[in-house]
Amino acid sequence: MALLEVENVRRSFGGLTAVDNVTFAVQSRHIKAVIGPNGAGKTTLFNIISGLLRPQSGQVRFQGSLIGGLKPHQVARAGLSRTFQNPALFPQMTVLENVMSGRHLKTRSEFLACAMRLPWQTREEAAIRHQAMARLDYVGLAHLAAFPASALAFGQRRMVELARALAAEPRLLLLDEPASGLNTREKQDLGELISRIRNTGVTIVLVEHDMSLVMRLADEILVLHHGATIAEGTPAAIQSDPKVVSVYLGGEFQDVAPGPKS
Amino acid sequence: MTRLRPIVPFAAFVALAIAVQCGTRLTGSEFRLTQLTMSLYYALVVLGLCLLMGYAGQVSLGHGAFFAAGGYTTAVLTTHDFSRHPGGPWGDWLQQAHVFVSHPDLYGNTVLTVAPWAAFIAAMLVTLVLASIIGYPALRLRGHYLAMATLGFGLIVSKMLLGSTTTGAADGINGVPEWRLPFGLVVSGKSPVRVQNYYLACCLVLLALVLLQNLVRSRVGRALLAVREREVAANALGINTAAYKLKVFVLSALLAAVAGVFFTHYTGGIGPSEAGALKSIRYVALAAAGGMANLWGVTGTSLILNYLSLRGAFGSYDNAVFGAILIMIISLAPDGPLKPLGARLARLVPGRPREKAGALPGTADCRERSGSDGAA
Repeated sequence: MALLEVENVRRSFGGLTAVDNVTFAVQSRHIKAVIGPNGAGKTTLFNIISGLLRPQSGQVRFQGSLIGGLKPHQVARAGLSRTFQNPALFPQMTVLENVMSGRHLKTRSEFLACAMRLPWQTREEAAIRHQAMARLDYVGLAHLAAFPASALAFGQRRMVELARALAAEPRLLLLDEPASGLNTREKQDLGELISRIRNTGVTIVLVEHDMSLVMRLADEILVLHHGATIAEGTPAAIQSDPKVVSVYLGGEFQDVAPGPKS
Repeated sequence: MTRLRPIVPFAAFVALAIAVQCGTRLTGSEFRLTQLTMSLYYALVVLGLCLLMGYAGQVSLGHGAFFAAGGYTTAVLTTHDFSRHPGGPWGDWLQQAHVFVSHPDLYGNTVLTVAPWAAFIAAMLVTLVLASIIGYPALRLRGHYLAMATLGFGLIVSKMLLGSTTTGAADGINGVPEWRLPFGLVVSGKSPVRVQNYYLACCLVLLALVLLQNLVRSRVGRALLAVREREVAANALGINTAAYKLKVFVLSALLAAVAGVFFTHYTGGIGPSEAGALKSIRYVALAAAGGMANLWGVTGTSLILNYLSLRGAFGSYDNAVFGAILIMIISLAPDGPLKPLGARLARLVPGRPREKAGALPGTADCRERSGSDGAA
């Protein structure tokens, strides 16, 4: 059974249909890439899956149960973590505290226990710190633990955000353009990190513009154009799909298309 | 040594409190402790606001009304004569449980009033209900709805207090009895127990500081900060932001009400000005002057400024002074005056490590380095 099933999901803003009857499924332990030109509806689709937006019609199933229309924190509780296109760290917290806040879901001490520092709460707090440190180490930024998040370089913020998402021990990880703004070397490291994460049993869906990264990582690719699915399949199949080629090389996107227009 | 560091400010607070009391005894000006005690109770309100505004990023312009809700509930219940309606069928039971106490009034008649401890519980329940009603709808939304709702709530409360004879209209309520606590403690403004009450108020503020300090450095504190910094991201981490905002709002309203109850017993009464919008704005100004997310700073500014205000140092410009403080803080030092001052002081002290101040050393290098570290 697929881990995530999106069925006929539709969402429009005013007259613009951002996501139009999109259907796809993600198998457990797979990496699925969602690609498409800017404005194709990729981020809207992510926002629907993670609960930030309600689908106007259609259903989202995660591990067999409906999550479409749930609040974001309920979706997260179901085992789905996400990162944002612009790393959404908490700038005034330290790097470690940012990752520690990712453990929120897996811990339970509330106002009273925290204010009174009950024995089990201090034990839990120590465990949170330990776990967060382990995730920071996993993404290779343990040495920056004590710095404020606002002091980090862009690429480092990405990694911290990834560590924070991993701290929640998700079954499914949604990565919204994880490689944008990274330099070549950082992209390479990110690719290795993503496949390492997949090898630990986490399923990954990523929106990405960097085609070499997508082709290297993805088990399956979904191509969106103007909100609708135009192709779905393995990287090899997508690369030779005439529709995809026409969308990407049809002159609409000058940054992609090598030609006299650019 | 590092294990003891968190205790240092608390020890300093205790030492300062004792030093102030000894100072007033030596100089024969113990009357000053009365205004200090009142300032300490006001500081409790500002501490609650510090948690709400500084840590969770939610603005309340109605904390004066919650202070008054606590104070007035206590004042009404402990002064109103219930002998004509002694609680219907539960009357006897309530008296047996010492919820009602009968005592002679000024003219020798026997009156039946609610015992202070029961009035305290009632005050907490009233505040809990009021804060939940105000907070529930306002905090489900993102933005300044809470500020609007609490401002309106505060105006309604102060007008109702002014308009009702039960609450003594413009005179407020006087003759609130003392509150006898265990261990021989009495919350009362009488001069023989002045020192005792000063220390009681100090202990309450200290207790609030300890609990809040623990809270902000915990899972809940991180969740609150996350709500303040980026609500969408907080939500995506599984933090139920609406629930946290409501809980912290109710908690800070309860803290204001606790202060109101003690204050009312201490001063023997409460007036409608305590609920006014100007009082609420004063609390906001004090929290801003202390640096918002700074429990110690907020306590300090709140104690000093309220003490000066109660001593009449600002004369008839009292409210104007707090308005001016608020404007100056917002336009000149949004983080409060203490943080830039502290940074400047830190610069003066040579050789002190400042790893948390400002940017990383050589951010460009770190960017390169992160690449290799990621692969490691």
